[in-house]
This record gives sequence, C-alpha cells and structure tokens, in this order.
Amino acid sequence: MSWNEQADSCSCVLLRLGERRFALAADQVAELVPPSRIFRFPHRTPEIDGVILRRGRTVPVCDLAEKLIGKRLTSRRFYLIAMRSYGTVKETVALPVSGECELIRADLTPAGPSDSPHVAAWLSHDGEVIEVLNLAALTPGIDPAPQMPSVESMPGARA
Amino acid sequence: MASGTAPVRRARPLRTEQIILFRCSNQIFAISSASVQEVRSVDSLAGAASEVNESSIGKVRHALRRGERSIYVVNTALHFGLKPSPPALIFLLRKSRVALLIDGIEKMTTMTRLQALPASLCHEERIWYRGLTVLEQNVLPVVSPEGFLTSEELNFLDATTGTQLNSDAKLDSEMRVAP
Repeated sequence: MSWNEQADSCSCVLLRLGERRFALAADQVAELVPPSRIFRFPHRTPEIDGVILRRGRTVPVCDLAEKLIGKRLTSRRFYLIAMRSYGTVKETVALPVSGECELIRADLTPAGPSDSPHVAAWLSHDGEVIEVLNLAALTPGIDPAPQMPSVESMPGARA
Repeated sequence: MASGTAPVRRARPLRTEQIILFRCSNQIFAISSASVQEVRSVDSLAGAASEVNESSIGKVRHALRRGERSIYVVNTALHFGLKPSPPALIFLLRKSRVALLIDGIEKMTTMTRLQALPASLCHEERIWYRGLTVLEQNVLPVVSPEGFLTSEELNFLDATTGTQLNSDAKLDSEMRVAP
C-alpha cells in the first residue's frame, strides 16, 4: 500500500443500531463490552440513561439510537466505549449497540454543508454508504458541539 | 548541607470522608456528614415552622425561624424531580439556610473517592451534585448542600416570607390590641 493510500484511508469501527450501520473513527473507540448494570439517579440530561461501572470508573450511557434511527434500542447487546472530547479533556461514554462491531479500513469522504451535524464523514463498505459519526454533535456535554466538523478533525478524510 | 540519607517517603494516608446515605423516594443519595448539623423528625415542624405559599418555588413549603434568619425546608423529592413520598426526617444543614425533607437514613459510612460528574451530564445536576461515589459496587450521587436553593431563590423567598412574616406579626399585634 502506498503512503498516499494510507493517508487517505482511516480505521473505523462499524456499529449496528437496529437495522442500520454507522461508523466511528477507530481512535475514538476504547473497547466493546457486554451490557452491565446501569445505575440511574436523578438528572436533567435526557440523552443520558445513567452510568455503568468500568474498572471502578463511572461511564455515562448515551443511547444514540433515538437520534439516529428514531427509536430506542429494545435490546442492547454491547456497549461500545467511545472517547468523547470536551475541549482538551477526553472522557469515556458508553454507546449501546445492537450487534457486534467490526473494525475496517475505508476511504472517507468529508461531510458536506448540507449534511447533518452528526455526520463527520461518509464511507463506503460492502456496497453500503455509511455515516461516520461526529460524537461531539451526538452526545451532550459542557462545551458546545461544533456545528460542522472540519475535515481535519477526521484523520484520513479527503475532499 | 544535605545529609546523605534520602528523605523517607511515607505512603500518603487515604483521604476519607464520612457520609450519610439517605433515602428519598426510593433513591439513595449521599451527603457529607459534616454538612448536616441536626437531624429531626418531621413532627418537629408542627408549630415551629411557618408555611411558605410561594408557588414559583414549589419545593419549599415551610420555613423555620432561627433568630433573624429563615431556614427554608426543601422537599428533596420535588427538588430532584422524584415522585413525592411522605418524608420522615429533616436534615438541618450546617452553615446553610436550607433544611431537607427526606424519607429516612440508610446508614453512615465512609467514602474514599469522589468521582467528578461525567462531563456529558451538563444541566442542573452539575449544581445538585459534588460528584459520584462507588460503594459496594453501587454508584451513588453525592449531593451538594449548596445546590438545593440558589442565592436568587433564597433572596426571593426572603422577600416573600419576610413580607408574610411581617404581616403575620402585624396581624398578631393588631389582634392583641383589639378587645
């Protein structure tokens, strides 16, 4: 593989929400874990279900399905533990997914101005065009999510 | 002149904090024991508390008079948006003008680690809680004593109940004067 080809492609993790597949940049993914007990307590951030415990640390659970496929997941097979940036700080967030995940390498096409803020880029895999997700636009946080992710924020993306 | 011996490094003692686990509408919360000055039965409210009829702050229905100051009794279940349940106890908070109506005390224990609230929790809960603690594989929110009433709410209640208490006092004096 030439250097150019390497620079143009990016490792991504494919995840399944219901019948649809989405992708996350692999460098934003920490691990895939089986569902564990979710601890709930009163709060006012509707996107967060509660927290799970991973190695003694609390990890908020954020179900993306409602935003992405219009309904909550009825069965959660795994939690994809992703890294979400808040300015310079990174924190883990558990994303319920309904199937196993797959690590792939694919060429990315950056999102256009007409794409939703949650789309960081696009990739093509197995004849399917898949949205590469912009976690900052999908998950709540103290610092505001950028409206349009820059191409530079997705390594490997090309115009 | 420096001595030849290396400084002895002592293991840093584990920092701990005494906490009270309390129940409110089937939810367990933790609060620092140091924040609680007094625990009373709700029965003690009878006669000692005046009613607060300010509908915009529905979680406060009673005020206790302590010298020149009013202490506002917050219904903890309403504060956290939980289903109201019959409270049994009142926590009078130390160095605060807030008292909390709670269902009961679970136990007193010690926490060794307070984890910051995840950044994805980004609304009122950041004021409500100091953070989260893990006890016996359970995650518990540690409440912030300052998070129950804002200074604006306290000022508003002062203005309202001050007027109310003054008019009550005036009414009392008028009633005493009248034959």
